[in-house]
Amino acid sequence: MEYKISNRLRLTAIILMIVGAIGVCFSFYTSHVTFDEVENMLSNESHHGDGHVEAADHGEKASHSSEASHDTHVIEEAHVESHSDVNAHGGSHDKVDEHTKHINHVMHAMHNRPWSAFYVAAFFFMMISLGVLAFYAIQYVSQSGWSPLVLRVMEGITAYLLPGALIVLLIAVASGSGWLGGHYNIFVWMDPDVVAHDKLIQGKIGWLNIGGFLIRGLIFIGGWSLYRYFARKFSIAQDKANDNKNFKKTFRISAAFLVFFIYTESMMSWDWIMSVDPHWFSTLFGWYVFAGMMVCGVTVIAFVTMYLKSKGLLPQVNDSHLHDLAKFMFAFSIFWTYLWFSQFMLIWYSNIPEEVTYFVTRIEDYKLPFFGMLAMNFIFPLLLLMNSDYKRVPWFIVMAGVVILAGHYIDVFNMIMPATVGDQWSIGIPEIASLLFFTGLFIFIVFTALTKAPLIQTRNPFIKESENFHY
Amino acid sequence: METSKVIHAIYNDDDVLMAAVKTVKAKRHHIEEIYTPFPVHGLDKAMGLAPTRIAIAAFMYGCVGLAVATVMMNFIMIEDWPQNIGGKPSFSYLENMPAFVPIMFELTVFFAAHLMVITFYLRSRMWPFKKAENPDTRTTDDHFLMEIPVHGNEKELHDLLSETGAVEINVVDNTH
Repeated sequence: MEYKISNRLRLTAIILMIVGAIGVCFSFYTSHVTFDEVENMLSNESHHGDGHVEAADHGEKASHSSEASHDTHVIEEAHVESHSDVNAHGGSHDKVDEHTKHINHVMHAMHNRPWSAFYVAAFFFMMISLGVLAFYAIQYVSQSGWSPLVLRVMEGITAYLLPGALIVLLIAVASGSGWLGGHYNIFVWMDPDVVAHDKLIQGKIGWLNIGGFLIRGLIFIGGWSLYRYFARKFSIAQDKANDNKNFKKTFRISAAFLVFFIYTESMMSWDWIMSVDPHWFSTLFGWYVFAGMMVCGVTVIAFVTMYLKSKGLLPQVNDSHLHDLAKFMFAFSIFWTYLWFSQFMLIWYSNIPEEVTYFVTRIEDYKLPFFGMLAMNFIFPLLLLMNSDYKRVPWFIVMAGVVILAGHYIDVFNMIMPATVGDQWSIGIPEIASLLFFTGLFIFIVFTALTKAPLIQTRNPFIKESENFHY
Repeated sequence: METSKVIHAIYNDDDVLMAAVKTVKAKRHHIEEIYTPFPVHGLDKAMGLAPTRIAIAAFMYGCVGLAVATVMMNFIMIEDWPQNIGGKPSFSYLENMPAFVPIMFELTVFFAAHLMVITFYLRSRMWPFKKAENPDTRTTDDHFLMEIPVHGNEKELHDLLSETGAVEINVVDNTH
C-alpha cells in the first residue's frame, strides 16, 4: 500500500518547526544576560521573599569554575557552614566575593539553558529512532513472525537517525567551540580553564577531549547509518526478489549490527550524556539509557502504526499486533525501572560522596521532575497497561504512550539539566520551543520516508505469518 | 449426571482441532470439554468459555505479598531490632525504603506466583491423591479429545465430526 503524506500533516510539521525555531531563537537571544541584569533580577527576587536566601546557598556550588555545579555535595555543605559563619560575624570581603561568584553562577546557568534545552530535545528524538533501529534489528535476528507488517513503519522512523544524530553531535561540539557560538554551555570538560584546575578531569583527558569526542561520535553515527542504509536497501530489493537472499543478508548484518550497537550505544551514553557530570560515573548507565530508548522507540512505532491504520493504510494490522507492541511498552517500562533502581539503590546504599552527589542535586533541586518521572515511567504504565484487554484498545495505548514519552523526555531532562543549569531550571519557552521544533522535524522526516516505499514488505518470508497473527 | 451419552472425537493435530471447534460451535453444538496434551492458544475463545479471572486473583495476591513484605520489614528492621542501614541510622521505614524494595518485589512475585498456581489447581479441581478424570490416556501424549453431549442427535454429530477430520469417534455411555 502506497502512502502519501497528507497536506495537513506536512503543514503541521512545518508549522511546528517554524514556531519551534522562532522560540529557540528567541530563547538564545534573551539568554544573553549581563552581570548587572542578573544582579538586578536576583535583588528583585529577594524583595519578593526568601528566594535569595535559598539561592545564596546554591551559589556555593560554583566552586573554582564559574560554571554550574560539578563539585561534590560534601564540599558544598562545608561551604554553606563557613558561609553562615561569615554571615554571623559580618565578614564583608568574603561576602562580596561570594556574591560575585553567585551572580556569575546564575548568569552562566541562564546562558546554558537554551543550549541544554535544545540538546535535550535533540537527544530525545535521536534516541527514539536509535531505539527503533535496534528493535528493527532484533526483529530480523529473532526472525519474528508477528512483526513484518510493521517493519516498514520502523524503517520510516529510523530515517530520522542520521540527521537527528548529526544534529546532536553538532550541538554538543558547537557548545564547546567558541567559533560556533558556544561557551562550554553543556560539557564543562571542553573548557580548558576548568580542566586546568581539575585533577579528576585531567586524569580522564585521554577520553574526554573534543577531538576524540567528535571522532567517536562520527564512528557511532557512521556505523548505525551504514546498517540502516543496507537494511533498507535489502528490504526494498526483497520486495521484487524471487528468493530470500536479501532477507538472509539483512539477518546477517542485523546480528553484526546488534553487537556493534550495544558497545557504541553504551559509549555514546557516556560521551553524550554522562560526561556532562565529568566527575560522576555509573557502570550501568549505558543500559539505563538503552532501556529508555527502547520504551520510547516501541511507543512511537505503536503511535505511527495506529495513525496509519486509522487512515486505512495498514488494513492487515490487527488488535494482536497492537497488543504485542503494548506488551513491549509495558515490559520495557518495567525493565527501565529495574535499571533505574539498580543504579539508584547501589549509589544510595554506599553513600560515597562523589557518587551520591548526583542524586542529591536531583532530589534537592529537581524534586518534582525526578519523582514525577518515576511515577510517569513506572507506576502509570504499570497500572494502565497491566490488564491484557487494555493493551488492545488504541486510545488506552495512546494515553499510556503520551505519558511514557513525556516521562522519558523528563528523564533525559534530569540527566542533562542539573549539570548545566543547576537550580535555574524551568520548563518554559526554551524547552517547549525545542520540543516543538524537533517534533516537527521528526514528523516531517519520518512521514516523508514512509512515502518512499510500500507500507508493507510484500515478499518478506514471514509476511503471511504476520498477516495471520492472532492471539 | 444429566448427560447420559457423550461423543468423543479424537484429533491428532491442534490446527485441525481448532478448525473443528469452530465448525462445531458454528453448528450450535455444546462442547462439554476438550482434553489436550499441551495448551492450545485461542482454544478458550473458540470454545466460547468465559474469560479467565486468574489475572485479577494474581493482582490481589501480589498486593497481599507487597503488604506482607512492607509490614514484615518494618517489624524486623525498624521496630523489633532497629538497624543502621547503609550508614543511615534514621530508623524510619520511608527513609530506608530503597533497601527494602528488592524484598517487596520478591514477595510480591512469590505470593502472586504460588497462590496463583494453587488457585488454578483448586479451581480445576485437582488436588493430591485425586483420581484422573481423563477419558483417554492418549490425550496426555499426542492426541486431542473433544467431548460433546448427545441429545438424540448421534448420527448428525457423527457425520459432522468425521467431516472435521476426527481420526476416531466413539460414543460413550456414561450412565453408571
